[in-house]
Amino acid sequence: MNQPTMNEQPIVWHEADNHRFKVNRSGFTDPAIFEQEYEKIFAKCWLYVGHDSELVKPGDFVTRIIAKRNILFTRDKQNKVNALFNTCPHRGAQVCREAKGNAKSFQCFYHGWVFGNDGALKSQPGSECYPEDFNADGAANLVPVPRLDVYRGFWFICFDPNVESLSDYLAGAKEWIDIIADQSEVGMSLVGGTQEYQIRANWKLLTENSIDGYHAMNTHATYVDYLKNMQGSMSPVPFDGTGYDLGNGHAVIEYKAPWGRPVAQWIPLWGEEGKVELNKVKARLVERFGEERADRIATLNRNMFIFPNLVINDIMAITIRTYFPTAPDAMQISAWALAPEDESPWARKFRLSNFLEFLGPGGFATPDDVEALEQCQRGYNAMKEAPWNDISKGMIKEKVNYDDELQMRVFWSEWQRRTGARVPTQGGV
Amino acid sequence: MNIDTVTREQVEDFMFLEAEMLDEWRLKEWLDLFTADGCYYVPTTDSAPNASPDDSLFYVADDRFRLEQRVERLLKRTAHAEFPRSKTRHLVSNVRIRGRKDDELDVGAAVLTYRTKMGLTETYIGSYRYRIAVTPDGLRIREKRCVLDMDGLKPNGRISIIL
Repeated sequence: MNQPTMNEQPIVWHEADNHRFKVNRSGFTDPAIFEQEYEKIFAKCWLYVGHDSELVKPGDFVTRIIAKRNILFTRDKQNKVNALFNTCPHRGAQVCREAKGNAKSFQCFYHGWVFGNDGALKSQPGSECYPEDFNADGAANLVPVPRLDVYRGFWFICFDPNVESLSDYLAGAKEWIDIIADQSEVGMSLVGGTQEYQIRANWKLLTENSIDGYHAMNTHATYVDYLKNMQGSMSPVPFDGTGYDLGNGHAVIEYKAPWGRPVAQWIPLWGEEGKVELNKVKARLVERFGEERADRIATLNRNMFIFPNLVINDIMAITIRTYFPTAPDAMQISAWALAPEDESPWARKFRLSNFLEFLGPGGFATPDDVEALEQCQRGYNAMKEAPWNDISKGMIKEKVNYDDELQMRVFWSEWQRRTGARVPTQGGV
Repeated sequence: MNIDTVTREQVEDFMFLEAEMLDEWRLKEWLDLFTADGCYYVPTTDSAPNASPDDSLFYVADDRFRLEQRVERLLKRTAHAEFPRSKTRHLVSNVRIRGRKDDELDVGAAVLTYRTKMGLTETYIGSYRYRIAVTPDGLRIREKRCVLDMDGLKPNGRISIIL
């Protein structure tokens, strides 16, 4: 990392004495920083690739774009999960051009090379023109990603072979992933359908927004109105909770909130049938984990961020969200709904209904977040004259509230450590 | 109105009126085009066009109550995504009555919607599938489903208008 000079300073500016934490807005706009992020963050960190439940049977596959690379995520005939670069070792074309499915093999349509669902070359037209030991070193197989590992059903890849283990990387986040994974005895699974969208804003704005308890009351006023308008949609629970630093740039807020949670906070709207059902779910959680942990799983909400771009929000429903920048001022987002696999059709229906009320591009909340993020990005056009974002909320406090800004500071500190990004000094902060 | 004699032209007029109401932001009037149990769906783009919101993740799945709430929300200053509101233009085409059963028409159409705000225009391309009830008061929407012919919502970041 460059030594600081007299005329430049880090993008992230922390004045502990003064209780100030500021981020220079060039971090959201500078094309050079955008390039650095791909080199120093997305090429070095563990990145979420998919969920166990997407690859149930041997032969199941999903294609995905992860940090601009086309990835083929498969369960092979030996039942082993693979993440392969979806590019033919012959000339480079994608060997699989479908979003998902089940296949014994993949044939590159360009020259007809065929690969097993483990990536091994099976045949190529005109094989008599190649030596018999042509693929003895495996160089004609699909190239696997350097690292692939799983934690409680969440699969991650890393393009850096020397990265620390996934377990070490996830650090304190593991405890919180457990709370989500423990919601079912048979396993959690994605519920059909992906919400894909683009936001014309820097990706780090979505990171902040996803773990920001401070904006909820203003930005999402109409969602709260909606709950109030709907008979029996609220539980008499006040908003209250805490923000936590989980290490390595990961962070979470955990809090009580008044909406219904299919695991397992009942609201009158769900009727007696729902009450019986949720009591059963809760009782089973108590049996498995004891009263305290069961309560935590059932009634507390969690917005969790895993550095650099995975959000798992266990709120009125569970969303998994990952996103990649395509430019300093644009990102593409994929979001899924996660649910206990053994949930009743009743609970599943309410879970999805809950999800759509709040979450996603057609919900009563996410469109307002999108507007906010795009407005911030517009604001950064005045960066030269108005250069700083402030995320100091709660720095003077011992106990950090869920609507303070510790989570953002955790993210930005790690971001600064990894990028080493600096800006020319223009007078005081 | 008689289910057997409703013409495509009548259905088209009804749909064009609907498009006009949406584009002029006459949303409360637009609600009156629905039956008391009317609903409105936008499935995700990797779901089957006829998927059910009970077991598949959608973008929008409104029953009548939530549809009313959606309209109420869109008319508030605090619906930040649509304040100030977008300009929109719904172009409805290829209208076809696909079937008639009991009191209901099965109607298909193509739709292209432009949404402009703050100098940016987004396009929503898709097909409509309607279940239209033929009632003594005229045509009413029992179900409106907009299936997007897109790879996700790109470049769109939201469906903050009614498609």
